Amino acid sequence: MSEKFDAIVVGAGPSGNAAAYTLAKAGLNVLQLERGESAGSKNVQGAILYADALERMIPDFREDAPLERHIIEQRMWVLDDESFVGSHYRSDAFNKEPHNRYTIIRAQFDKWFSGKVQEAGALVVCETTVTSLLRDEKNRVVGVQVDREGGTIYADVVILADGVNSLLAKKADFHPEIEPKNVALAVKEIHFMPQEVLQERFNIGEEEGVVIELFGKITNGMMGTGFLYTNRESIAIGIGCMLSDFKEQKTTPYELLEQMKNHPSIKPLLAGGEMKEYTAHLIPEGGYKAIPKIYGDGWMIVGDSGMFVNAVHREGSNLAMTTGRLAAETIIEAKAAGKEMTAASLAEYRKKLDDSFVIKDLKKYQEMPDIFHSNRQFFTTYPELVNRSVHSMLHVDGVDKKTKEREIFSSFKQNRSLFGLMGDAYKLWRAFR
Amino acid sequence: MHIVVCIKQVPDSAQIRVHPVTNTIMRQGVPAIINPYDLFALEEALRLKDKHGGTVTVITMGPPQAEGALRKALSYGADDAILITDRAFAGADTLATSFALASAIRQIQKNMPVDMVFTGKQTIDGDTAQVGPGVAKRLDFQLLTYVSKVSSVLPKEGQIVVERRAEGGVQLLKSRLPCLITILEGNNEMRFATMPNMFRAARHAVKVWDREAAGITDEDVVRIGLKGSPTVVSKVFAPTPHTDPAEMIDVESGNPRDIADTVLAKMFTRFPVVAKEIAKRA
Repeated sequence: MSEKFDAIVVGAGPSGNAAAYTLAKAGLNVLQLERGESAGSKNVQGAILYADALERMIPDFREDAPLERHIIEQRMWVLDDESFVGSHYRSDAFNKEPHNRYTIIRAQFDKWFSGKVQEAGALVVCETTVTSLLRDEKNRVVGVQVDREGGTIYADVVILADGVNSLLAKKADFHPEIEPKNVALAVKEIHFMPQEVLQERFNIGEEEGVVIELFGKITNGMMGTGFLYTNRESIAIGIGCMLSDFKEQKTTPYELLEQMKNHPSIKPLLAGGEMKEYTAHLIPEGGYKAIPKIYGDGWMIVGDSGMFVNAVHREGSNLAMTTGRLAAETIIEAKAAGKEMTAASLAEYRKKLDDSFVIKDLKKYQEMPDIFHSNRQFFTTYPELVNRSVHSMLHVDGVDKKTKEREIFSSFKQNRSLFGLMGDAYKLWRAFR
Repeated sequence: MHIVVCIKQVPDSAQIRVHPVTNTIMRQGVPAIINPYDLFALEEALRLKDKHGGTVTVITMGPPQAEGALRKALSYGADDAILITDRAFAGADTLATSFALASAIRQIQKNMPVDMVFTGKQTIDGDTAQVGPGVAKRLDFQLLTYVSKVSSVLPKEGQIVVERRAEGGVQLLKSRLPCLITILEGNNEMRFATMPNMFRAARHAVKVWDREAAGITDEDVVRIGLKGSPTVVSKVFAPTPHTDPAEMIDVESGNPRDIADTVLAKMFTRFPVVAKEIAKRA
């Protein structure tokens, strides 16, 4: 007397919730399984919510979603050991409704999203781990096995939304074990402080927020970046580098975070705060080239499990939601056309992705991981040189500016031959093009 | 056989902290769990059901979100769940709570007679152990507290034998039904829910009873909630920790016997009672 559903969604993060929501909304009989105690209890993100991806499913999400602050200012800092060179962009246009980007706290946000999924009619069961996929004699996926007695559950299609380190996908041989060079390890802390202190410190109003992207010597030459986001009454600060780099350098992520928190430009921003949360998570950053096969007979992969993260622009949850939604729409259309959930009918999912910003953006930056992996000067030499140059120009000491310029240029040449400089510029241009 | 299990949703006290400045309990962001003692009560009830058949009904009084605790109880195998929730119940102490629960159980009895009521020995947030006995008294049920194990039940004879932890030993008590039993921790372990039960819990419509549904008349409103609660918490404070500075004792010779002697001498001067006691026993 096993149960049978139209679709089973494994995982209740942004991609799984988007898929389950879209399917249930279309009237399909959906089961969503989550291994955590509740939706969001296993999830970690900075976190920025990009409104667009959610808005396409829940246009009025702003009415009750737990949003922290909408972002009105973006700072990009290139750090040396005791300084940073930065660019800030702040605009009152970001205050116009509807807002485009928000800081959120994922534990709260995911619970809210899960509530919407249940309202839409999906059956959500938490604290239940899918241990394997069920196959029929033709090797089609026909359901899942969970870690509970009586845990054989059937479905026409199974959507794997079980995150970056999808043991299920690995076990089912959908993709090999994730490679350390394709995944970043990020750590994050949340520091609480009174709302008024925070707003004064960042020069922002009640609902306004600031994002700081951090880059340079804070990563000790490893490929990675740091971030700082303002929530309503807390600051999220974190740093992530490629797992392969951590392995090689034998640095621990928390040491790196401690060091970054003590940077003279960052420390005052956190002063007086109380650290209340410490989390770590893997982020799939292999980019376009690392995307595995994402559909087959009776199965689909969405979100982190499919490497859908744009590391350059720090976008992930919006790609996750979009892939979840498009997978669901593929199923809904196939079902409406009376098709079986075979690889042939699910291939439409890949087409939809190719036509969306998801694959277009990932393709645009496909060379980025390789370039950064093999050109560490971007994380060490350049941040140092840029900071030193600015310092030299601003330090008034009787030396004329022309001479200073010459010195700066020769210091660049010394550290990175003329060819090296031109090559780096070309590489970056190619990668960003 | 019909067993009613009273549970309470409590903040996970392992994660609760007292605000350093205001001395108030900081409940924000603290996850809600089923009172751990109640889980032992529920498991004991489920075991009796496994053995003798029957029905297990879980009830809780609390805010609407306490439904989560009931759903969890359903997933373990409880048959039915009732959430007793009403603004009129807010601010209840143990007296008002036991009045409301007893009234609700009387309502349950109108549909199906209740043979036993199980509760945990106490909650981890109130630590009073008063609600169980209060309910028993009001229902005129036999009361068995600090029960570590239900040894046997003879439903037809209306008899029950339990092990009760008492000072200096274990009492084996035989009692008549109906009775209310408060269960101790540690003698069973909550089962791992089966998948069919997880499905059932996710789909089950938890009954929600307001004051009237719980059988409390207009004239009894003064006996529930804040009005019915003579206990007033006038102040909550965190005890100040002892922060006597450590004293460094320098023993020149560095030899272990000298160090031991010096430390003992110091201790005996500081706490003469200890010295006296040791001298007496030596």
